[in-house]
Amino acid sequence: MNFMLPWFILLVPLFSAAVITLFTRRWKALSSAISVVAVLVSFICSCLIFAHQSIRAAEFTWIGIDGVFQVPFGLTLDQLSRTMAVLVSGVGAVIHIYSLGYMRDDEGRSRYFAALSLFMFAMLGIVLANNFVMLFIFWELVGFTSYVLIGHWFYRDAAADAANKAFITTRIGDFGFMLGILMVWMATGSVLFAEITPRMSTLTGHSIFLTVLALLVFCGAVGKSAQFPLHVWLPDAMEGPTPISALIHAATMVAAGVYMLVRVAFIIQASQTALLVVAWIGTITAVMAALIATQQNDIKRILAYSTLSQLGYMVMAVGLASNEAAMFHLFTHAFFKALLFLAAGSIIVMLHHEQNIWSMGGLSRRLPITFVTFAVGALALIGCPPFSGFFSKDAILALAYERNAPIFAVALFTAFLTAFYVIRLFVIVFFGNPRSDVARESRESPPVMTVPLIVLAFLATFGGFAFFARNFLPLPVEKGVTILVPALAIVALIVGSGLAIALYRNRAADPVNIELLRRKFYFDEFYSWLINWTQELLARVSAFLDRWIIDAGAVGGSSRGTWGVGALLRLVQVGNLQGYAFLFGLGVIVLIYFAVFR
Amino acid sequence: MITLGDYLIVSGILFSIGFAGVMLRRNLIIVLMSLELMLNAANLSLVAFSRFRLGPSGLPNYNAQVFVFFIITVAAAEVAVGLAILVALFRARHTTDLKDISSLKF
Repeated sequence: MNFMLPWFILLVPLFSAAVITLFTRRWKALSSAISVVAVLVSFICSCLIFAHQSIRAAEFTWIGIDGVFQVPFGLTLDQLSRTMAVLVSGVGAVIHIYSLGYMRDDEGRSRYFAALSLFMFAMLGIVLANNFVMLFIFWELVGFTSYVLIGHWFYRDAAADAANKAFITTRIGDFGFMLGILMVWMATGSVLFAEITPRMSTLTGHSIFLTVLALLVFCGAVGKSAQFPLHVWLPDAMEGPTPISALIHAATMVAAGVYMLVRVAFIIQASQTALLVVAWIGTITAVMAALIATQQNDIKRILAYSTLSQLGYMVMAVGLASNEAAMFHLFTHAFFKALLFLAAGSIIVMLHHEQNIWSMGGLSRRLPITFVTFAVGALALIGCPPFSGFFSKDAILALAYERNAPIFAVALFTAFLTAFYVIRLFVIVFFGNPRSDVARESRESPPVMTVPLIVLAFLATFGGFAFFARNFLPLPVEKGVTILVPALAIVALIVGSGLAIALYRNRAADPVNIELLRRKFYFDEFYSWLINWTQELLARVSAFLDRWIIDAGAVGGSSRGTWGVGALLRLVQVGNLQGYAFLFGLGVIVLIYFAVFR
Repeated sequence: MITLGDYLIVSGILFSIGFAGVMLRRNLIIVLMSLELMLNAANLSLVAFSRFRLGPSGLPNYNAQVFVFFIITVAAAEVAVGLAILVALFRARHTTDLKDISSLKF
């Protein structure tokens, strides 16, 4: 029993997805119930495994070619994966319950919950996989479920496009990831994390190889965790239902990239160059997303850009060679970002799917629970003490201060921007006068939605305290930490918030208008142009090949060749019987000559 | 004394006459007759071999003579078919001149 318990975490959601898809599609309430029960079972199993460190998972051989390639079907159960499993299934459970409320009028509820269960299966698979091959399979499955869920309202063009964009963009990263996995296998002859670790140390001489390898593996995280330059899909993914944005595109799936980096940190840390690249990619993502977020008007998009920015922080921490800091921020971020999205979802659904913040206003009186919980999430996000985000962000800032001054400067600026745009959002949405009729007539969400908010609000508040978080993961050790770093962070926070309050209090329209940021640094336009250009080039090359090599050369050439040989052979057909007889006789004479005289 | 060589020379002459006839004559009937001549040249040499190359028992090699009968049979069949084609051709074209029969020319 103990050996199978870890497998239940994985298989129960899979079973639920299968049952819903195959049997209970028509009974929407039953489907939702099955899915919620499955995720709760998964959560309980995760907790049991977390509590009993001695539990081991049964392992099966999956692919076994002796001496060449061994892929077992096994689970890693260490501190990292136990914590992550509890986190994923816990947040997942809260969001499943919230979905009952959010999706209660949706026609495609069965499909939604089946995909959600499948997502839980895949995501927990990533968390628990003990080798690269399994990880990659679950990695792709997560991408698929993300695609399905973003495109849940597939009849809306924007949602269908966003789903395609997310799938294709992450696929670019995954391709690099796959090459990276192949290189790891080539270098070490194994795909098991436990076996790769000792073997990597024998490769210290090949620094360029190691750098390329590390960067290719990092590619996977760039795609999945939406880092610059593949970040474009995440904001568009907000076309999906809000619980999905909370679960997949804020708390868990996008964090899978960071989790994977932490899991294989020994590969990245083998190369200083790779570490530096990772750190800077994270930094660039953080500041770029924060800049864009200051000029967005869609509540979910603002949150999406804040997710990008926080993921940038995590990747930055990985690049600064501190797994603890990265995981700590991932841990707190999962709570407060899920909370923010669910609170935003509560607003959106009560305002009849209005997402523009300039149509909101004065909601603090209309939706008091949502208001308080959103405030907790926002304060955690901007890193206001004593909320959880303060501790984890402070850990990353201290790390950057210690190891890389330019990155620290940018990170601090990002903290300032974060405070600015979050408070901007907060002030516009909750204070001032309602700017539309729907805002004026809104009321609080039902308990099935507010209870998850309250649970998450508690976690977002206390998740950062050492006495709480220490139980779950090793905290970053701050050696000789100066008071300077938290002080600077708080100054940035106060300046940012103050500026936002001063600018946006009682405004009816945005007083600041920066086209560059509003258009997201023209990334989408640039990528369209780039794709157009490469496609044009490819089309021209293909057209040339088709017209001149295939048409004129292969097809035309063989037809002309046949025709020419035919024309030549035609000359032999004189049509004269005696001519044929003569040639025949000549042939016989030649044959006789060869047979007799040679 | 007439030797095997004499027979073979006659056979060769007959064959050459036949071959020349096939090559040179324009009338299809003559061409057919020349063909028969070539077949009979072959028959003659076979019979000559049979007569002059006696086996160990002193008897001629009858294989050759049986072979001759086969050739005669085949020749008869060939003439039957050939003349039938000739008649059909004459009905269609009103000629037996080979110069006029060249539809297969390109």
